[in-house]
Amino acid sequence: MKTTDLVDNQFKRTDIPKMGPGDEVKVHVRVVEGGKERIQVFQGNVTKITGSGIAESYTVRKLSYGVGVERTFPVHSPSVSKLEILKRGDVRRAKLNYLRERTGKSAKVREKRDDQ
Amino acid sequence: MAQKAIVGEKVGMTQIWDDAQHVIPVTVLRIEPARVVQVKTGERDGYSALQVTYGQKDPRKLTKAQAGHFASANVPAGRRLVELRLDSVDGFQVGQEIAVDILTVGEKVDVTAVSRGKGFAGGMKRHNFRGQGASHGNHKHHRAPGSIGSCSFPGRVFKGLRMAGHMGHEQTTTLNLEVVQADLERGLLLVRGSVPGPNGGVVIVRNAVKGK
Repeated sequence: MKTTDLVDNQFKRTDIPKMGPGDEVKVHVRVVEGGKERIQVFQGNVTKITGSGIAESYTVRKLSYGVGVERTFPVHSPSVSKLEILKRGDVRRAKLNYLRERTGKSAKVREKRDDQ
Repeated sequence: MAQKAIVGEKVGMTQIWDDAQHVIPVTVLRIEPARVVQVKTGERDGYSALQVTYGQKDPRKLTKAQAGHFASANVPAGRRLVELRLDSVDGFQVGQEIAVDILTVGEKVDVTAVSRGKGFAGGMKRHNFRGQGASHGNHKHHRAPGSIGSCSFPGRVFKGLRMAGHMGHEQTTTLNLEVVQADLERGLLLVRGSVPGPNGGVVIVRNAVKGK
């Protein structure tokens, strides 16, 4: 137990599923524009998870019109309305920075299969 | 000088989210209700201050002098005695309790504490000296301070010249920190930004004396 848990526990989210590097996720982000709120979806592969406790965060990478885009979200951020896990990735590394140098088929993450 | 002050302990740093869903880095301070043990006034003591205590202490572990001091004030013994210097101590009485609710959210405060000790530190760490080159033939003088004076005139090193020495473990005040939360129920105070000293250290919080 950390000494600051008294404060942290109010802000910790329990609805975020466990994820790992390589997983394909759909992040539903609340966006406020002109006083109105809408949901924007960011879908891609989790390339890294850093930090611990309330400050834990994950980075999602996707290809947008051929350009790689990475976005980092705090796990417990209230601006993420929903997090869906679409596929489990089969990777051998904790940080998938090698995906940045790759394009096409080699930039794909294999899906984890339970029958192996 | 300050109009209001309170004593507490540093718990640690963490982060919270505000209503606009922005992260605020905060320091958590535990503020137990302080009991006034003695009121010092300008006429009698030469300055105005409140001597307060907080928490509990086993009465058997007090010295006779301390026990007598607490007994004469008719206040249960606390963990330590702290003096809070104030502009005016009008309206304060011995035995009165001061809690965290004297501070309101959004208010600016100054936090005083003893900073973390760094031991004997060199000029680069202690005074932000630049040090010397890593290469160009430099040999064993990468973090040296450089020249400390002239030659036979003045023939000495001036007093007060910045050199290596003991760093830290001195009273430090961080000015104009914003109060993010003042939780009376749990005795917690959250201020935006960092506060001097280690976790568990004693801090004095008072309303800001500079700035608006």
